[in-house]
Amino acid sequence: MTKDKNLKNGAPEQVNLEKGTPVKGTLGEALRSQGVSRRSFMKFCATTASMMALPPAMIPTIARALENARRPSVIWLSFQECTGCTESLTRAHTSTVESLIFDSISLDYHHTLQAAAGHGAEEAREVAMEENYGNYLLVVDGSIPLDNPGYSTIAGISNLDMLNEAAKGAAAIIAVGTCATYGGIPHANPNPTGAVSVKDIIKDKPIINVPGCPPIPVVITGVLAHFLTFGSLPELDHIGRPKAFYGQSIHDRCYRRPFYDKGQFAETFDDEGAKKGWCLFKLGCKGPTTYNACATTKWNNGTSFPIESGHPCIGCSEPDFWDGGGFYKALSMPTVDLSQTAAYAAAGAAAAGVAIGLMNRSKKNTSNKIHVKTTLEDLKK
Amino acid sequence: MSATIEKGINALKRQVDSSVAAFFSSCVHCGICAEACLFYTETGDAKRTPINKTEPLRRIWKSEYTLFGRVGKMFGLTRKVTDEMLEEWQELVYDSCTLCGRCSMVCPVGNDIALMIRKTREGMAAAGQAPEGLIGATTRSVTIGSPMGVKWPALAAQIRHVEEDSGLKVPVDQSDVDYMLLLSSMEIMNFPEFIEAMAKIFDKAGVSWTISSEAFEATNSGIQIGVSDIAAELVQRIVDVADKLRVKTVISPECGHAYMAIRWDGPNLVGKPFGFKVRHVLEVLDDLHKQGRLKLAGKDTQRLTYHDPCQISRRGGVIDEPRNLINLFADNFVEMPDGGKMNWCCGAGGGVSANERADEIRLKVFDRKKAQLEEVKPDAIISACSNCRIHLEDGLEEHNMDIPLLSLTETIAEYLSDE
Amino acid sequence: MSEIEILSWARGPGLQIATVIFVAGVVIRIFEILLLGRKANLAEAKGSEMSSGLKTMITRTVPDKTTFKRSSVTIVAGYVFHIGMFISFFFFAPHILFFKDLIGISWPSLPGAVIDACAVISIIALLAVLVNRLTNKVMRFLTNFEDLLTWFLTFLPLITGYFAFHRIGFTAPSLLAAHLLSVELLLVVFPFTKLMHTFTLFLARWYNGAISGYRGVES
Repeated sequence: MTKDKNLKNGAPEQVNLEKGTPVKGTLGEALRSQGVSRRSFMKFCATTASMMALPPAMIPTIARALENARRPSVIWLSFQECTGCTESLTRAHTSTVESLIFDSISLDYHHTLQAAAGHGAEEAREVAMEENYGNYLLVVDGSIPLDNPGYSTIAGISNLDMLNEAAKGAAAIIAVGTCATYGGIPHANPNPTGAVSVKDIIKDKPIINVPGCPPIPVVITGVLAHFLTFGSLPELDHIGRPKAFYGQSIHDRCYRRPFYDKGQFAETFDDEGAKKGWCLFKLGCKGPTTYNACATTKWNNGTSFPIESGHPCIGCSEPDFWDGGGFYKALSMPTVDLSQTAAYAAAGAAAAGVAIGLMNRSKKNTSNKIHVKTTLEDLKK
Repeated sequence: MSATIEKGINALKRQVDSSVAAFFSSCVHCGICAEACLFYTETGDAKRTPINKTEPLRRIWKSEYTLFGRVGKMFGLTRKVTDEMLEEWQELVYDSCTLCGRCSMVCPVGNDIALMIRKTREGMAAAGQAPEGLIGATTRSVTIGSPMGVKWPALAAQIRHVEEDSGLKVPVDQSDVDYMLLLSSMEIMNFPEFIEAMAKIFDKAGVSWTISSEAFEATNSGIQIGVSDIAAELVQRIVDVADKLRVKTVISPECGHAYMAIRWDGPNLVGKPFGFKVRHVLEVLDDLHKQGRLKLAGKDTQRLTYHDPCQISRRGGVIDEPRNLINLFADNFVEMPDGGKMNWCCGAGGGVSANERADEIRLKVFDRKKAQLEEVKPDAIISACSNCRIHLEDGLEEHNMDIPLLSLTETIAEYLSDE
Repeated sequence: MSEIEILSWARGPGLQIATVIFVAGVVIRIFEILLLGRKANLAEAKGSEMSSGLKTMITRTVPDKTTFKRSSVTIVAGYVFHIGMFISFFFFAPHILFFKDLIGISWPSLPGAVIDACAVISIIALLAVLVNRLTNKVMRFLTNFEDLLTWFLTFLPLITGYFAFHRIGFTAPSLLAAHLLSVELLLVVFPFTKLMHTFTLFLARWYNGAISGYRGVES
């Protein structure tokens, strides 16, 4: 509610973006000033612990750490993106602790959300970078075009330059959304702008990938909570995603999984199977190859997730999901017209086969021709 | 004295046809054929696995008639067929195979391995890699007319004896008769009773028949050594006489490979269908019985068993006829285990008995037959191939087993009804 | 290349390349065999080539009693492996979708647990096949590089399929990609190896049956 209110007013109150100076104070103070009860705060800590697969004994530690955490400075850069990630993160329907956590950071630069514009906005970024050098968190959404820097600029600065500059003083980088993490839709074939991800450019800073198109809000706050609690990055998987949220596939946690195991599938969007809520694999569900927390945390405040509302998972949190061969083509189907390929190959091979067969025949005919009738004389060397 | 490896390779090239190509394409090296081959089961020697015997032919098929093999050949990657290789394979292709065809019956992918080995022999012979014994037999067949060197005067003498003993006339060189009887040298020299039996049966049945003084030899060494040209020449002699005498049916005697040679290979060797029929003597007898012209009296109460000669039953298709005939006189007939189309070979067919070098292994592999006989414990063994008979007697003697060998035709003649 | 990219390659271009090699190779080999031709049999027939050939194509599937006794390990392991592979290959729902996309027809699938059991049985049988190949005197003698290669390439799709099904060790896209790539590898070597027996055994059995049947023998 707070956040919504803030947004209606144009900018979150607790972040002094116009002045470009971060609001000081601990997170605990901020929460208490927002009227968050101890009980709901502890509940959040417990949820965070369980989501990050931490033992219950860690809950008080998390609570203590979060309460005393200094609100860190956060600089948010948006490059080739659709603002969907920001929309997702700022559109919690009811006031939640996680949204407060998000509110309670010192978001010093976010050109979509901040009230300041033009030179003032850029100045805020520069001041924050200078004052918090080496300590601020850099959040990036959107991909970076490498073909021509002019494809995407902010205040005349190319995305590449801005990222390089901002990354220098960052304690860590959180790449938010599939564009920033893996190139996303701008990177999709034929990738006209030469879009790349943050990790393609920045090699010397810890990077957390929080992919999704958009990512789940609670995942972002979870990552922040971890950072605030432990002062370190959560454990990441082989493509830089926090294992706590991306450790299991949609398929493995899907409530429709039993139908898959039994071989019960919806064949179309309106058949009996679809009505009975059977597995959407045949309709192209990418759940089996998609690692995300949708099936457990769900969306819209735990209301549902795509599969629950009858649509197959499109695999948006995986690299190159856009080029995965069609959202409605089952995973085990070829992404190309294989029967045509096979038909052409067979036709061509039939012609070649006839040619080779005739060559063999003529070879055999030759051996028949050069054969001289074998007589008794020919039985010994 | 002009055999060369080139001729051998050319001969192998000529042998590859679609069936051979399908067979080699299908082999998965499962080794089941070994368990069907008495040359493996009785020696335990893996190199005698049937499919391994076809290796020379396989190499030619692979390098000449497959795309992959031909590409490989360009880069020198294919295995070659050489004199040394063929020499090594001699004892496998000739000494360790009777062309019995049991392997062809068990191959799960359906390879007719016996046919492939038969074809491999064409290349071996043309490369001068046939065994001495078989070359000798083939030479005698072509020059004298019989692998054992039997000439007409010898047969004429046997016929005279038969006529004296039986009081029946054995027609010689008669034209326009129903049957022309062929004989194997083995029968002429060792079992002249066969001729007498035929004379008696035909007399009772009242059919017209003859023996030709020009082409009486049924055996065909060309088939065994694997030289189609020579086999064709030997078949042609019979065809010429049968045509000249205008006989309706040529009878192949109690000899396995002779039946294969004249009945199944014959027309294909000479390149045109015969103008007469070819029947095995057992088929003729069965037919005569069905027509009511062969009547038997009396029963044999001994425990009798039947040894299926491979080329007559499994490879030749004469399986039911001998059983029909035996049941006419036998009261106590027992089948051998695996009897019929899956019967085990005696171990001497396919030219093995003509190849002295193979004598030792021939007697070794008799153990399989011995085991079968020990299971059946017959009082006497009936067969329909003189070569099987000679070898079975040999083997039984070797093991001091006293089981008499009977010719089915001769036994039938003994039970002829006097009516 | 990311794992999803590899998976996409395996589902697209990789599959296409493998299919071209497989289809073209098999077609060429079949033509190669058939066009060699076979002389008509001039001997008077005692039975029909066609009906005996067709009959043997089916009957040769069952071994005779003595052969079964003498080669039971080879036969049982071979059959179990083939049947298990056949079931998991043709009756796993995702596989059926693949075939549906390819040839336009589909058929009912079996539950995942059944497929899983068949795959496990097939894997065990295939291991037994290998042990048998290396210990059986005759098979060891006959075994060449190609036999081991084709064994391995047949084993790979089964084991990667099993791993992908249970998501063991790696992420799903990697496992799925590995499974697809292993199938593609199998398809590529297929026409050039004894794997061709999948198709040619029917030709071979037909010829065997025809040759025997012509002489009046059931083979």
